[in-house]
Amino acid sequence: MVWFKRKLEGIQTSTKDKKETPEGLWYKCPKCQTVVTTEDHISNFFVCERCSFHERIGSEEYFQLFFDDAKYKEIDKKLKSGDPLEFEDTKKYVDRIKQTQKKSGLTDAIRTAYGKIDGQDFVIAAMDFSFIGGSLGSVMGEKIARAIDKAIKLKAPFMIVSKSGGARMMEAGLSLMQMAKVSAKLNQLSEAKLPYISFLTDPTTGGVTASFAMLGDINIAEPDALIAFAGPRVVKETIGRDLPPGFQRSEFVLEHGFLDYIVERHDLKKEVSKSVRFFMN
Amino acid sequence: MSIYLDFEEPINALEQQIAKAQDIGKDAELDMTDKIKELEDKLESKTKEIFSNLTPWQRVQLSRHPERPYTLAYIEAITQGDFQELHGDRNVSDDKAMVGGWGSIDGKTVMFVGQQKGMNTKMRQYRNFGMANPEGYRKALRLMKLAEKFNKPIVTFIDTPGAFPGLEAEERGQGEAIARNIYEMMNIKVPIICIIIGEGASGGALGIGVGDKVIMLENTWYSVISPESCSSILWRSWDYKEKAAEALKLTSEDMKRLKLVDGIIKEPINGAHRNPEEMFATVKREVKRHITLLSKIDPAERCEKRMNKFTEMGVFK
Repeated sequence: MVWFKRKLEGIQTSTKDKKETPEGLWYKCPKCQTVVTTEDHISNFFVCERCSFHERIGSEEYFQLFFDDAKYKEIDKKLKSGDPLEFEDTKKYVDRIKQTQKKSGLTDAIRTAYGKIDGQDFVIAAMDFSFIGGSLGSVMGEKIARAIDKAIKLKAPFMIVSKSGGARMMEAGLSLMQMAKVSAKLNQLSEAKLPYISFLTDPTTGGVTASFAMLGDINIAEPDALIAFAGPRVVKETIGRDLPPGFQRSEFVLEHGFLDYIVERHDLKKEVSKSVRFFMN
Repeated sequence: MSIYLDFEEPINALEQQIAKAQDIGKDAELDMTDKIKELEDKLESKTKEIFSNLTPWQRVQLSRHPERPYTLAYIEAITQGDFQELHGDRNVSDDKAMVGGWGSIDGKTVMFVGQQKGMNTKMRQYRNFGMANPEGYRKALRLMKLAEKFNKPIVTFIDTPGAFPGLEAEERGQGEAIARNIYEMMNIKVPIICIIIGEGASGGALGIGVGDKVIMLENTWYSVISPESCSSILWRSWDYKEKAAEALKLTSEDMKRLKLVDGIIKEPINGAHRNPEEMFATVKREVKRHITLLSKIDPAERCEKRMNKFTEMGVFK
């Protein structure tokens, strides 16, 4: 006999409505298995105290980390995906979007906002991997485009926090062209002589790497992030042998000359703010 | 001996019948004119029937037809052999999957760039199946910058199953190379015409695909991923490539309707591979027409228009 019966399958609470974590819960590092309280883990920027493993975080956490007093204004909050291709694989694209929105409490895979970093106006576009793998589609392209307009208007530096599996397949040709769209807008930002900082976090792959993520006036990354055009599985299949250790990780990408620096999350705001100061002074 | 795709088989059968009738006519000194005429009429209507009802997947197959002309064939024909290939990215090597160089179209110098596939097994390997490494994209950019410096228009021919996903390609920044090209092509001050002559797979295609006019030949495809890979990722099986080809809306008609490309060039009735000379002539005419039109626009205005076109792409609410 069942005492309590689950009426709806799965977790129905959206991320936003979730309760604050009560005291006394624990976080176990997937890399070194060290256990700390969730509270300590959060106050340590979601980084393992022992092995410095950087847990993946979302746009909200990055906004709070970068903007002074965690204060910011979000732009184009309501922009949502259309379905011009009427795409359907094992699921209808419209349904997939609706379900993901409900589950994640997000409207799409990126949020854009402006605020201040150490007193300087700053515009950030930050991706959420939990929304269809942070995939690049029309909404992301348009939101970045408008965030660039905002940066030009405010004469503020601009940053994209990339965390994406690449272009969104369900928007096919449209998502491919977002790579060109954002590149066109970056030309405009460049003409306005405003700095673009590309911040690559785990993972940044595919069409995002093959467009704006690699086009920063400076490219910076979190430690040990996967940064690739073709993912490791595809490369391995292509060459038919095992990949060298550390392949396509931040440190590897830095060594090959595609990053300016790697920064731990503890120093993130300090270092980015420093870069911004050099550009803007 | 020509190669026929499965759906082209009825055409093959009729062509064989015609050849046979001709042989009989010759050998037996019989008048087969009426019979041959009848068969030729049948061939024409059958060809029309097949080629006006192609499914997206059949178009994908046509775009990869082993007898379809490749980039260098177009360049040779359009320039009537007045072409000089230029090599190397000045950093690492010369990528054989990406070709380029000066050529002249009726006396006017044009910079040509494009992916190159091979005609036979050996050449296919030599050309890496048209999958360029970062060096290829950097060579392409070097040549396009050269064209800009000397104020010559650029024509790119796109025909690739994708940028090469190899280990060295990753080490040398495949992503950066493609990104740089897309970014720089937005603002190159000379006219750029991009023509998809076969496969237009994803970033590998877009890496030489930013232009004032982006045009697809009728039986080509252009999308974010190949139908096979799409099938394997979204359906977790290789068996849904036909479905994926439909879902991706990757044909020239779909891409034009979605305003993601500027135009379509009609192919000969039975496809570019059956009548390359006619195809070359049409492409040459279109290239000349667009160069003339684009050259009339002020360079800054042309770049602005180019950027605005791409900026307007996307559907949201």
